Amino acid sequence: MDAPQTKLASADLERRALQARRLSLAMIYHAKSGHPGGSLSAVDLLTVLYFQELQLTDAAFSDWNRPRFVLSKGHACPAHYAVAALAGLLPMSELGGLRKINRALQGHPHVGATPFVEASTGSLGQGFSIALGMALGFHHRGVDLPVFAMLGDGELQEGQVWETAMFAAHYRLNRFCAVIDYNKLQSDARNSEIMGLEPLGDKWRSFGWAVQEIDGHDLEAIQAAFGAFHQEKDKPTVIIAHTIKGKGVGYMEDIPAWHGSVKLTDDNLLDALAACGVTREQGAAYLSGAVFEEANP
Amino acid sequence: MSAAPQLIGSSGDSLREAFGKSLVDLAERYPDFVVLDGDVAGGTGTHHFRKHYPRRFYQCGIAEQNMVSLAAGMATVDLPVFVTTFAVFSLRAVEQVRLSVAYARRNVKIVASHPGLDVGPDGASAQCLEDLAMYRAIPGMTVISPADPLEVAAATEAMLKYDGPVYMRSGRSPAQRIFEHKPNFTIGKAQVLREGSDVTLVACGKMVAQSLEAAAHLAEKGISAEVVNAATLKPFDHATLETSVTKTGAVVSAEDHNIFGGLGGAVAESLALHRPAPLEMVGVRDTFGESGEPDELNHKYGLTPAAVAAAAKRVIARKA
Repeated sequence: MDAPQTKLASADLERRALQARRLSLAMIYHAKSGHPGGSLSAVDLLTVLYFQELQLTDAAFSDWNRPRFVLSKGHACPAHYAVAALAGLLPMSELGGLRKINRALQGHPHVGATPFVEASTGSLGQGFSIALGMALGFHHRGVDLPVFAMLGDGELQEGQVWETAMFAAHYRLNRFCAVIDYNKLQSDARNSEIMGLEPLGDKWRSFGWAVQEIDGHDLEAIQAAFGAFHQEKDKPTVIIAHTIKGKGVGYMEDIPAWHGSVKLTDDNLLDALAACGVTREQGAAYLSGAVFEEANP
Repeated sequence: MSAAPQLIGSSGDSLREAFGKSLVDLAERYPDFVVLDGDVAGGTGTHHFRKHYPRRFYQCGIAEQNMVSLAAGMATVDLPVFVTTFAVFSLRAVEQVRLSVAYARRNVKIVASHPGLDVGPDGASAQCLEDLAMYRAIPGMTVISPADPLEVAAATEAMLKYDGPVYMRSGRSPAQRIFEHKPNFTIGKAQVLREGSDVTLVACGKMVAQSLEAAAHLAEKGISAEVVNAATLKPFDHATLETSVTKTGAVVSAEDHNIFGGLGGAVAESLALHRPAPLEMVGVRDTFGESGEPDELNHKYGLTPAAVAAAAKRVIARKA
């Protein structure tokens, strides 16, 4: 399969990414816990993935024949859920049920609970291997479909990630794409303090991967990186997306404390929404949850 | 019950060889399944499959965590997957079995060779006395430990017909044959191999043959032992055990595994919940193994017909 035909204008993507940021924040506020930092750093990448790459129109998958995305950094699922809802794969009304009992949106993605989720994740490293299995499965079936996995940077400390990296290169799975949300922070502190990752690009190159390094908040750069992935004939691709944890909400940006699991106060939410272009008056609908009663776009 | 199976006595294929050959036998009738192996195809019996169906065999290298999660991903492309390694190395990926496979309810079959003390000279690091307990504790996992090469063949086909996660033990040593013909195998169904009235011997894996032998010894002493092959540890066949113990009033469990959490655990739970009766457990008594030939280890750690027979006498003495 070549690169998808429909290429969205970046202004359109930008508008959707902004909506996804607002919704993610509101979801975490209503859930009274969750991971805002890593959700906000991943939003732009997820937006391009869903609106340009996957272009899924129906989450009621009737067979296996579809491009795949696995959120291996499962804790960023608020952003994943929000983007999926904006893409029409989930009723907006479900977003208010994040992390609540008897509802669809688990605190970490779960296949059995949420229709468009492709893998149960939340224990780091596993989603990457599961996505690899999808890519190998397509290869086995002789079907040309891309498989994307998004990993966090702290996740790269898991040995399983490098088992997966070795396997994908050995089998030359060129339709397999890893996207690293490289926001430089993990749960307790900066990567460089916990367990340094650099030189990260060289690590992946030495494992036999095609490596692209981009600004993970530059929507056109993200689109271009996926475009280059589709041209790769021989190797799996890793897109090392340099991002900012908490991107879009000034007071959260680059602060480990907003990794999660965080309870947002009313003022936290209103301040964060203000940074995303929502006035305090408009913010009332987010505080009350009325924003989740809107129809899907 | 079909004609009562007795211990045929002759030594057959090891259970791992039986497994590898049954994959070949089943490959044409079940054209979708694939086999993953972690650099131990010669040890798990899957070299037979690799030879005949190289395009359906994927070498995963010595990387069990990736292998198990990868299997979960392949299963989403409608490919039933067999994951094969040594039992103890499968434990390295128990969390992957839990999250990637079981929580997502993927159609992945983990078939592990080299269980229990049966591994022998390689010593405790390669032996595995914990797997049945660990897999039994994972929600939704089916756990099987067949006793005989023909039963392995039947169990392998039953697994293919079942859409969901399964763990099955094979075995390394030549297995004593129990069945003349391929038995019916139903997941979740235990089988009474020999009828008796004084004590129930419930066993899995290689201890089924030992229990049949023990029952023969006991018969010479005037003790009538019923032998139940509990090849499926989970879901456990409470009804068959309850019927048996209602008749006999005393139970011995026998397994090549720690007495905690495996078959002994399953039997203890079943008795306590459904039909309380005295129980003696034959198995490894919460210790690691060591190097030695399997027979030597069986004697040292009490996995013999004599140990089963002695436990039977003890438990009969405990009847109220």
